[in-house]
Amino acid sequence: MTIADGPALPKLIGERVKRREDPRLIQGQATYVDDIKLPGMLHLAFKRSDIAHGVIRSIDTSAAAAMEGVELVITGAELAEHLGPMPIGTPFPAPDHFSVATDKVRYVGEPVAVVVAEDRYIARDAADAIEVEYDELPAVVDPEAAMEADSATLHEGFERNIAVESYWGGTGVNPETAQPEDDSAVDAAFAEADVVVSQRMLNQRLAPNAMEPRGVVAQYEPGREYLTVWSATQNPHILRTLVAAMMGLGEHQVRAVAPEVGGGFGCKINIYGEEYVAAALSRLVKAPVKWIEDRTEAFLTTTHGRDLLGYIDLAAKSDGTITGLKARIIADIGAYEVLLTAMIPTLTGLMMNGVYRLPVVRHELTEVFTNKTPTDAYRGAGRPEGLYFLERAVDMVARELDMDPAEIRRKNFVPADEFPFATQSGLVYDSGNYEPCLDKALEVADWQGLLAERDAARAEGRIVGVGLSFYVEVCGLGPSAVVPTGGWEHSGVTVERGGKVTATTGASPHGQGNETTFAQMLADHFSIPLEDITILHGDTGVVKQGIGTFGSRSQAVGGAALISAAGKAGDKMKQFAAALMTDQEVSPEDLVFEDGRIQVEGAPEVSKTFAEVADYAYVPVPLPPGMEPGVSEEAFFEPENNTYPFGCHISMVEVDRDTGETKLLKLIAVDDCGNVINPLIVDGQVHGGLAQGIGQAMFEEVVYDEDGQPVTASFMDYVMPRAADLPVFELDRTVTPTPINPLGAKGVGEAGTIGSTPCVVNAAVDALAPFGVTHIEMPLRPERMWRLINEGGQS
Amino acid sequence: MIPTAFEYRRAGSVAEALSLLQEGGPEAKLLAGGHSLIPMMKQRLAEPGLLIDIGGLDELRGIQEDGGEIAIGAAMTHAEIAASDLLRAQAPIVAETAANIGDAQVRNRGTIGGSLAHADPGADLPAVMVALDATIALLGPNGERKVQAEDFFQDILTVDLAEDEIVTGVCFQACRSAAYAKLEQRASKFALVGVAAALSLDGGTCSSARVAVTGASSHAQRLSGVEGALAGASLPDGAASAASGAGDALDFVNEDLHGSEEYRRAMTAVFARRAIEAAAGRS
Ligand SMILES: Cc1cc2nc3c(=O)[nH]c(=O)nc-3n(C[C@H](O)[C@H](O)[C@H](O)COP(=O)(O)OP(=O)(O)OC[C@H]3O[C@@H](n4cnc5c(N)ncnc54)[C@H](O)[C@@H]3O)c2cc1C
Repeated sequence: MTIADGPALPKLIGERVKRREDPRLIQGQATYVDDIKLPGMLHLAFKRSDIAHGVIRSIDTSAAAAMEGVELVITGAELAEHLGPMPIGTPFPAPDHFSVATDKVRYVGEPVAVVVAEDRYIARDAADAIEVEYDELPAVVDPEAAMEADSATLHEGFERNIAVESYWGGTGVNPETAQPEDDSAVDAAFAEADVVVSQRMLNQRLAPNAMEPRGVVAQYEPGREYLTVWSATQNPHILRTLVAAMMGLGEHQVRAVAPEVGGGFGCKINIYGEEYVAAALSRLVKAPVKWIEDRTEAFLTTTHGRDLLGYIDLAAKSDGTITGLKARIIADIGAYEVLLTAMIPTLTGLMMNGVYRLPVVRHELTEVFTNKTPTDAYRGAGRPEGLYFLERAVDMVARELDMDPAEIRRKNFVPADEFPFATQSGLVYDSGNYEPCLDKALEVADWQGLLAERDAARAEGRIVGVGLSFYVEVCGLGPSAVVPTGGWEHSGVTVERGGKVTATTGASPHGQGNETTFAQMLADHFSIPLEDITILHGDTGVVKQGIGTFGSRSQAVGGAALISAAGKAGDKMKQFAAALMTDQEVSPEDLVFEDGRIQVEGAPEVSKTFAEVADYAYVPVPLPPGMEPGVSEEAFFEPENNTYPFGCHISMVEVDRDTGETKLLKLIAVDDCGNVINPLIVDGQVHGGLAQGIGQAMFEEVVYDEDGQPVTASFMDYVMPRAADLPVFELDRTVTPTPINPLGAKGVGEAGTIGSTPCVVNAAVDALAPFGVTHIEMPLRPERMWRLINEGGQS
Repeated sequence: MIPTAFEYRRAGSVAEALSLLQEGGPEAKLLAGGHSLIPMMKQRLAEPGLLIDIGGLDELRGIQEDGGEIAIGAAMTHAEIAASDLLRAQAPIVAETAANIGDAQVRNRGTIGGSLAHADPGADLPAVMVALDATIALLGPNGERKVQAEDFFQDILTVDLAEDEIVTGVCFQACRSAAYAKLEQRASKFALVGVAAALSLDGGTCSSARVAVTGASSHAQRLSGVEGALAGASLPDGAASAASGAGDALDFVNEDLHGSEEYRRAMTAVFARRAIEAAAGRS
């Protein structure tokens, strides 16, 4: 039987295809960085600062260097001869930041020296044997106090610890002059408002906690002058570019590989000091070296997320029409700017328009250095913060006006016929249709029923609340004008002999399931079985070009590049097919892919199998005039804009009157991410995102004491959400495709973390509203809730 | 997360473990389930040179009842205790408490002997043992010694156990009308505050009671004020008033990120009430 006689192939786009990557992952057959073992490989351990702020007076490495099995001990100052300050990916001014501190330490966990040893145990013991003396300086912990004139400062040249200050307001920024337009309109809007709510809110610091910590193996081959770096990263191509630059090599001398990566959540976008150090020390000691982060290091040194303090004012008319927003935001970015640090809080202001028509906005942002771990992207990266501030404030206005939280949102929505919609902040929302999404969420949740259930529970003396949030977010990061690394994505599609397909993508999945969704797309495109397709990623030696996976871009940008490359490969297959059908005088334009054949549309009898055409392409006798043999095509896709998915989340919580413990009873999420390739994977992305968003609302917080010592540096104190803490999520969706890419897909990786957090806090505030509570800071710690029940007010 | 170098010996008997302990001196540490000791070693908060594994010793295993007295071997895991039909029937507080320790991995490895010897201020079983007036059996070079639970727990991570002694087991009188209630520290699942109440009931009236708290203070201890208030109280209605002062009577109260002193005192009363109500509801 040939494929031509085989069964019709079902279309796979839109189907709940199970993830092809899961069997190897859950059976322990996958290769992570720590599984890589090279002959002669040595191991690194870092001596790290145990104080938050101080000048290094002396480092005594003699005992460590004398230990058996120790190859090399090197301090930051010595290493600076081999590695310069680390590059960042934002245009903001930044202080020098060396991979290993050279003269001063600025957070607990900052490396001060490195050991290279025969095994990990020796390396760790030797690191412990290094003696460091510091002249301690006062720790800068509170970002507001950090800006006072009498505060200690972290970096020379950054007065009052201020890294970045930005301001825009009034009716927006004048695109010609890039200056804020006259913002007297903001003051006028607030003066004329019927109601103004003002609230200080903290969007607290979080630890990303990927299941797999960071890790790197570097192998520099002297003679060949070629470096290979395996790293648990979200973007091997950026790693290649930056490591090459730091090592004084060309990109052609570096291969970067992200093998299986066990989660990133944004914290594996940054290229870290340990990656550069591994590369440099491999060249220095002429052997491959490995470093695997332990969990304590992950808490102390992997970038943290969020930590934005917002002073938010929202003005409205008595009918609920929102008339103005003022946001003064202070971002505690920690001790240094790493790859995207300074950019993340700028997204907050950009997205604070939310789904509403906001006539006037004033936005002030100050990013402040403190003696804490540097921050960078964490799932949602800037958007959860902005949407949290906005959605809390909108809820407060609704409460002031005694309006239904759904109706105040409906009243202020950007109407469907105003898309594309230009926001006050200068973004253009590609597409949107908010009301049907709200209506669907209200229906799925049975909103009126929920309110009745809450009231009945209250009548019994229980403390129950419901909450709602409506978000819009930005996905599909590009275009190149706004992404410092370039905002495109690349893909290659090769039709192999026998009609099998190998595709490469510069997106570098680490849990997103692209091996499945991309294969679904190709299966439909070529009308061949899923099993005949392999998706390769994560290796710059295999994937020619790429940017990586972050900002919910892999489907919208990477998927679009894939389809573009597939289109080119398909065209060539059709040309070869037509050449095989010379007797029938078929033109390539008449041909379609159908059930493993290439056939004249509507005439299956005039066809060749996909496999025989592929075989012909590689042994093209005769070679059709003007054609090259083989079918291997590639494409870059540059999006013209971002995509703006949106959604409505609804929740119900109950608070224990005696203890203040909060239980999440229900969570309903209706998300609109445009066209859906695989609903199972989209649901999975939403589930994970919800767990993390709820984690922020209820459980998680990185805490430092007044000396800058981390208090939550292990899972014994850092509260992660667990399955038993979460209700069975009720998910649904509406579909508003994007015009920005041919797939109509927008992106969904971060949606869950954006809608759920304000939704849960809104429900908690609703629960405690009878006690006079108007705002609750995250996380919803039992003691905090207990105090509010007993004392009322705010926390 | 990498411990310092250590030697590992698996003891073939309690006698061998005892002699290894003596040989090893202050460098030596017993290893049972390892779920308190090994995390400390990974953080380099403990750096023993010799680990003597007693986890699998038959002499330290078993759950038996004899004339109303129940004995549990030190090496019994939390999971085994939770699954014991004997305990479920005759001392359900013990099985239930064990069932709510940590997570499944912790329960599969952690042992009652290790929990009592380690005496984490938030450990659950110490309060239960104090409430049940359990006797803790110890074996040392000079033979056996028995200590009442309330005397055994002395301070934070401090118990009446010499460096060369082994906890071999615990025993206590069967008791159905006892219950444990805890407020979990949300990250570790240890008790932020946990209260165990063991009641002698005469119909709806409490004739006498033993009530003990863990988590709130440096170590598990009796709440004698509550015990006094319970004598003669009618239950469950009298539980709240008997428990009301529970927290105020503690002279030292822990304080951390997860709960202030004030909160822990208040929660001591709440969980004392809950434990008493649950115990009274049992017949
Ligand atoms: C994530 C996590 C969550 C936890 N949650 C809880 C919880 O909710 N509630 C709770 O109560 N506990 C909890 N624990 C602690 C757990 O119950 C421990 O297993 C227990 O406290 C110690 O028992 P072990 O057998 O593991 O002892 P080990 O760790 O092996 O030993 C602990 C100490 O006791 C000594 N020791 C052990 N056995 C003996 C003996 N027979 N005689 C003398 N000394 C001995 C050892 O030398 C060591 O000093 C948790 C632990 C973890 C890791």
